[in-house]
Amino acid sequence: MSWEIVIGLEIHTQLSTQSKIFSGASTAFGAEPNTQACAVDLALPGVLPVLNRGAVERAIKFGLAVGAHIAPRSVFARKNYFYPDLPKGYQISQFDQPVVGQGALTIQVEPLSSNEKSYEKVVRITRAHLEEDAGKSLHEDFHGLTGIDLNRAGTPLLEIVSEPDMRSAAEAVAYARAMHTLVRWIDICDGNMQEGSFRCDANVSVRRAGDEKLGTRREIKNLNSFKFLQQAIEYEAQWQIDTLESGGKIQQATVLFDSDKVETRAMRSKEDAHDYRYFPDPDLLPLAISDEWIADIQATLPELPQAKRLRYVRDLGLSEYDANTLTASREMADFFEGALNPSRPPLIRGEAHSSPDKKRSGGVAAKLCANWMLGEVSAQLNRDGLDIAQCPIQPEQLSDLLKRIADETISHAAAKEVFKVLWSEGGSADAIIEAKGLKQVSDVGALEKIVDEIIAANPAQVAEYRSGKEKVFGFFVGLAMKASKGKANPSQLNDILKRKLA
Amino acid sequence: MTNPSPIHFSLRQISDALRSKKISSVELTQMYLERIAALNPALNAYVTLNAETSLAQARHADVMLAQKNSHPLTGIPFAQKDIFCAKGWRTTCGSKMLENFIAPYDAHVIQQFNDAGAVNLGKTNMDEFAMGSSNETSYFGAVKNPWNHNVVPGGSSGGSAAAVAARLCAAATGTDTGGSIRQPAALCGISGIKPTYGVVSRYGMIAFASSLDQAGPMARSAEDLALMLNTMAGFDERDSTSLSRPTEDYLRDINNVQGGKSLSGLRIGLPKEFFAAGLNEDVAQAVMAAVAEYQKLGATVVDISLPNSKLSIPVYYVLAPAEASSNLSRFDGVRYGHRAKEYSDLTDMYQKSRAQGFGAEVKRRIMIGTYVLSHGYYDAYYVQAQKIRRMIAQDFTEAFKHCDVIMGPSAPGTAFNIGEKSDDPVSMYLQDIYTIAVNLAGLPGMSIPAGFGKNNLPVGLQIIGNYFTEAQMLNVAHRYQQITDWHTRLPQNIEVQNIQSRHIGALT
Repeated sequence: MSWEIVIGLEIHTQLSTQSKIFSGASTAFGAEPNTQACAVDLALPGVLPVLNRGAVERAIKFGLAVGAHIAPRSVFARKNYFYPDLPKGYQISQFDQPVVGQGALTIQVEPLSSNEKSYEKVVRITRAHLEEDAGKSLHEDFHGLTGIDLNRAGTPLLEIVSEPDMRSAAEAVAYARAMHTLVRWIDICDGNMQEGSFRCDANVSVRRAGDEKLGTRREIKNLNSFKFLQQAIEYEAQWQIDTLESGGKIQQATVLFDSDKVETRAMRSKEDAHDYRYFPDPDLLPLAISDEWIADIQATLPELPQAKRLRYVRDLGLSEYDANTLTASREMADFFEGALNPSRPPLIRGEAHSSPDKKRSGGVAAKLCANWMLGEVSAQLNRDGLDIAQCPIQPEQLSDLLKRIADETISHAAAKEVFKVLWSEGGSADAIIEAKGLKQVSDVGALEKIVDEIIAANPAQVAEYRSGKEKVFGFFVGLAMKASKGKANPSQLNDILKRKLA
Repeated sequence: MTNPSPIHFSLRQISDALRSKKISSVELTQMYLERIAALNPALNAYVTLNAETSLAQARHADVMLAQKNSHPLTGIPFAQKDIFCAKGWRTTCGSKMLENFIAPYDAHVIQQFNDAGAVNLGKTNMDEFAMGSSNETSYFGAVKNPWNHNVVPGGSSGGSAAAVAARLCAAATGTDTGGSIRQPAALCGISGIKPTYGVVSRYGMIAFASSLDQAGPMARSAEDLALMLNTMAGFDERDSTSLSRPTEDYLRDINNVQGGKSLSGLRIGLPKEFFAAGLNEDVAQAVMAAVAEYQKLGATVVDISLPNSKLSIPVYYVLAPAEASSNLSRFDGVRYGHRAKEYSDLTDMYQKSRAQGFGAEVKRRIMIGTYVLSHGYYDAYYVQAQKIRRMIAQDFTEAFKHCDVIMGPSAPGTAFNIGEKSDDPVSMYLQDIYTIAVNLAGLPGMSIPAGFGKNNLPVGLQIIGNYFTEAQMLNVAHRYQQITDWHTRLPQNIEVQNIQSRHIGALT
């Protein structure tokens, strides 16, 4: 009998505000320990929290992006527990009344084995709530003592909780990746996983295929890479299956993933779970969010990856694969659209897309642009170890180059040469074409003269061709290209050669 | 004036004397420091003095006065309850936990006084973390009531009340979570007001029960309270529960002589629950005598009922400890405050530091609070208490449809003997039976002297107003103080001979 794996994720995203969620201290990463902790972060006697409006705005933005209900009234609660890096002895979080309610995210699942097909899946989001991060305990370099760094204490987090809708590590990774793309896309989180800006807890259980009831879950804490997420879930699920198959039982527990040994280990069981004694924080009023505020934020929301992906396929005629790749990040999509149609600003969600010729909306052909983005541009970026945001070529420069391909001013081969110059030296495509003399010879008279000379100089090959050996045609193309220094317009040259050799 | 010493001056009179150079702030401050040196060893009203700092503030105030760049409170020496963080001052909150804590910043209230050029004379004793009604829970020892050193001054603002009563400051600040301004004001024969919740910022005031805590002035008269409240009140963006309202002049009704000559038309509500079993006869008589005075001033009396007020003590002793148990978690020995000298591991460090740093009453409330917030008990206690809290507030809303102010006793009896209730927490908790409902509703309440009860100890009259009616309440109290002299009566043995300061005694 087969097993079904059930996974739900809790994702902690660090919101990209300049200051902390309840104090004015900076959130910048990497400062000397305790230099970014003010009186409020240190929980000195008498200090009080004041909510950062920017954190709320980002939560609302997220809620709108996943189609969730934004609570007109939500409540901050205290989660009480003692730990040295938790200065107040409680964390301010949201408990039974979170700011973001139920929503959903559509994901594209790329199976881990290549012989399965990719598919789309909708993962339901239970809720998302605002909370503050704790500080850090430093166990090294203190000669048996523990050091406390409170720079991170009070950093705003949005905890996004999914329903247990995922059925494999691949789905969990696809969901986490889609979420990672989304939070960066809507600019609420920098997504930096090394710095802990985006981290996951995975709730994993297994059940017999066909069972209605969920199995007992164990929660894997603090996974900060997609690879670890995948490995941890795979290990954990297999461990649970092995345990059950050998007659054991799963105890609800919190576990840690050891990335060196690639295994999960129980940290604490349900029995020693904390009683957090949640209650509404009397220092903060309930968070009231007006319809106007929501509407204002809605108006700033960009077209989202899923909508863009669909539009690229439907309106631009791109393949699913190209559309997926071009919407992997906001920067990629913005670059693509900038090259496609330099005069048009990136689309805002809700704006009508009514172009008479959608596949060629005033700029260059979408397919040509996509091919270049996924071909030359991506290859060069890879080679130089850059990401799209660091691309030395601006979308407008690429667009100008693509226009010269489209209007047959230059050949594809010449275009690659221009591209290399643009990449390393900058400038405009037209100036490079001019300077390097790469303009194709489309002058019929000039091409006819070249062809006439070749025919005159090679009577034997002409005879061969005329006797039916069509393979010789390539010989003439080669000579003509050589004579034109590679600038002959290939299709014109073909036409002239065919006519004259006939 | 029969007694020319400035210790008998109102704040306005002190301010006038300072502006007209009849006395300097330094002289006034020096005089109070000398009085404190003479009387405080017996009273224990102050826990921290810092004469150099106080005198430096006084010198600065004298410069401001000389430059005519002054505020009504410039140069006046005030005592500050030791619950307010004051930069550079030891701030203990009456606890061993903070015995050596030097605050690195100013509370909003302290900042307001500093900005006004007032002088901080010292930090006053209080029940530990404001938990108590007798000042006996202070780690720094009980405060003695200036009227009789064998009885308590009330609490938790007992040090401030005793300091005002013994004229060891011009006036003082207090805080009131369940009666901590009004009950000690009553027991020490002074005036005190707890404003509407949110009127005075809580920033820098060490939290006991955040949803109930409110700072207020403690002084000799309603007029002095109004003058102080003008400085203490106001929006502060650092406290999310601080209310953003137009600036008020709390003296406006008092200054309005035309409207203030009589109180005709004022409807005084007398809640029958405040005059039932549990109220001492001497207190009842004094309160009713005060009400009779009001009737002479033209007020009318209305019988009202606050049916749920009997639940206020059980509700308070669920909610206040719940909030306190969480508020006091920060005192963990990690960053500041008391840390045990020896411990084996982290848990041991927490347990020993907190066991050593907190006193019995604080521990009791942390345990009650932890219990009522625990899984499985939360709904039965905390949620239920919040519901009743709303019903209690609703009672007042209903009552204020029929009256303008509510009057009654501030405490069930006069000051009791030190040690008398120490072993009986419930009897101690009943001290606040008439004051707690006001905090639960967030309403303003005040206490003014209204005569004397048995053993010649002061009785306080409580005046409760509707939300934001402090100016009216202060005027109501002021009119009474214009026709009575209870608030000018002094305890015996507060005379200090051989005051060194120049001018003192020569003023008229």
